[in-house]
Amino acid sequence: MADIRLAGEKDTPPRPLRRHLLGVSDLRREDVTRILGIAATLSRSLEREVKKLPALRGRLVVNLFYESSTRTLSSFDLAAKRLSADTMSLRSSGSSVEKGESLKDTAVTLAAYDPDVIVIRHPHIGAPQLVASVTGAHVVNAGDGKHQHPTQALLDLYTMQEALGRLEGLHVAVVGDVLHSRVARSLIEALSLVGARTTLVGPPTLIPRGIEAMGCETTSDIAAVAAADVIYVLRMQQERMLAGAAYVPSLREYSAFWGITPERVRQGQVVMHPGPMNRGVEIDPRVADSEAALITAQVRSGLVVRMAVLYDLLTSGPVEVPHVLEVA
Amino acid sequence: MLFAREGARDTLTIRGARVLDPARGLDQALDVTVEDGVVTRLEPAADAARGLVLAPAFVDPHVHLRTPGREDEETIASGTAAAAAGGYCAILAMPNTDPVVDSAAVLGALVELAREEAVVPTGFMASISKGLRGEELTEMAELAALGAAAFTDDGHPVVSAGLMRRALQYSAVAGRKLALHEEEPSLSRDGQMHEGAVSAELGLAGWPSVAESSMIERDLGLAAYEQRALHIMHISAWESVAAVRAARARGVAVTSEVTPHHLCLTDDAVRTLDTNVKMNPPLRTADDRNALVDALRDGTICCVATDHAPHARHEKDTPFEEAPFGVTGLETAFAALYTYLVEPGELPLETLLERMSAGPARAFGLPVPSIAEGEPANLVLLDLEARWRVTEDGFRSRSVNSWLLGQTLKGAVVKTVADGRVVHAV
Repeated sequence: MADIRLAGEKDTPPRPLRRHLLGVSDLRREDVTRILGIAATLSRSLEREVKKLPALRGRLVVNLFYESSTRTLSSFDLAAKRLSADTMSLRSSGSSVEKGESLKDTAVTLAAYDPDVIVIRHPHIGAPQLVASVTGAHVVNAGDGKHQHPTQALLDLYTMQEALGRLEGLHVAVVGDVLHSRVARSLIEALSLVGARTTLVGPPTLIPRGIEAMGCETTSDIAAVAAADVIYVLRMQQERMLAGAAYVPSLREYSAFWGITPERVRQGQVVMHPGPMNRGVEIDPRVADSEAALITAQVRSGLVVRMAVLYDLLTSGPVEVPHVLEVA
Repeated sequence: MLFAREGARDTLTIRGARVLDPARGLDQALDVTVEDGVVTRLEPAADAARGLVLAPAFVDPHVHLRTPGREDEETIASGTAAAAAGGYCAILAMPNTDPVVDSAAVLGALVELAREEAVVPTGFMASISKGLRGEELTEMAELAALGAAAFTDDGHPVVSAGLMRRALQYSAVAGRKLALHEEEPSLSRDGQMHEGAVSAELGLAGWPSVAESSMIERDLGLAAYEQRALHIMHISAWESVAAVRAARARGVAVTSEVTPHHLCLTDDAVRTLDTNVKMNPPLRTADDRNALVDALRDGTICCVATDHAPHARHEKDTPFEEAPFGVTGLETAFAALYTYLVEPGELPLETLLERMSAGPARAFGLPVPSIAEGEPANLVLLDLEARWRVTEDGFRSRSVNSWLLGQTLKGAVVKTVADGRVVHAV
């Protein structure tokens, strides 16, 4: 048995009770630093032959997913399992949600099992807050409408830090459909929290009015990405082209003016994408498969960062648990 | 135009209150005697009771009574009891019920019901278009003859400029005003809150100010062209205020109303994702709120209207985006505005009292509540020193979707006399 004491822990002052991760605004800078530090520690444990840690043995993590998801659901599920928690995953299809049960009633029903954490993804803003208000579980927002996706922001920060060695002072260009993107909102907030600079680049119809107040710059000129250390490409959703909701005239025109092609990536830049990608629309396949792309690294980061979030919520809260990770 | 339960008129004397009737320029400590529902004597008071103000009772030109169709949310009995508790002596109910108040049959049934249940005299607006579909006009002349107080498609804009013009022309025959919910749907579509920095941050679809003000500009133009009067409901944006102010200066006969929530809150409140701050039109910025307060003060906006919109608890206990628009307001309007605007010095008490009573009465041609010998007693007794906490179990309304839940307010309605009858007393 080896004890791994988490970096910087001794110096951290007692934190107020933080029971949920509903949005990036629940985090202070030191929380981000601590969670990324835990993730780094955990990533070393995953290099071992036996990857399971006993840290959350006996805990129950419920994944409540009202939207389809591949990477987020699988990574939360695996994260909980790697930490030896019991997991239960519920999807809206094939459950009582299809029979018209309200979110509140579903949450109250699940609360009867006393879960330690409820991870929720929902198409509507405010769903995690509602679940948090009617259950005693720690609630983690895995995406609510166009609002927040805080673990995505944390895994993106982790990926940037691993690849570039720093966060403070980094310049990130976020390209594409910011209007409909919870990933963008969480990331802008998180980047500002750690002292990075953000420039939003995209067609004016997809850059929300007033977003500069979040502490970012905006432009419709794709040439602006040249000045950034990181090009963060957002997914361009097909449904944005539907009649009556046509935010851009065509995907063809979008690709021509805002698609990330090899010509638009400068030497030394890295390219990120939260997935799933529309190859040939917002990102050229040659970029997606290039050395500069960190897209697979993001998926790997997703696992350790979500492990770190679960660990942090369940061991730093009101329950007195020594801040020690046991590595078998 | 107003209908209520029959019953004997009351006789009473209210002693020592500061009697404040701004429309008559009255501000004096008086003993007010009411006999058989009529004010018979105003005499100088021997002792003035501290903090008690007696004013003309309030008139609310914008109430959703949810009847017929959603009696689980409100009935004429519960809604008018709430109005009584809020100090009102007259309210106007909206026609966006199920079925819509667009025919003599539906209106006739409501009038009958009001004669059985209404504690406070109640008027009914009928819809401008059949089924609120914005396609064909209702039978306005017949509806007016049956007692329709005005015409509105509230909840929906009249999208077609052509139909709006016909409605302006034809409502002259009915001798009633049009009251308009102003919203250009191709701009506000799917909007959940004011479009601005807060919506950008939260990711909620924006309902921009220009969706309201551009529609108001269109309708003011039509009203001027047809030389007809117009009432603009629940104004929310400074651009709309500017449009109304300019039209009045040009001589357009336009009246307008503003809600307590638009006067007290800004879109910042939506950060809580509390579904009780979700309303249509949405809460806007501090600049908008300030413009609304200024306009109410200078008379550009002549009415406070609650837009009392009861919703079932289970329909508001949802994520923000799923919740219906609207909040209740009858029982809290005066205290909210006294606490948020009068106490901090943003609005004189006299102005507030006028905009809650004579202003809306005049806008809709209703009898103006007035404290004078020989006038029917329509009185509200207010205790300006009282503090009370807004709680779910304190409401007479069947619904509890108030943005004020949990707050402590200053100023309480102690007694309401509506058309000569004591309808509320604590």
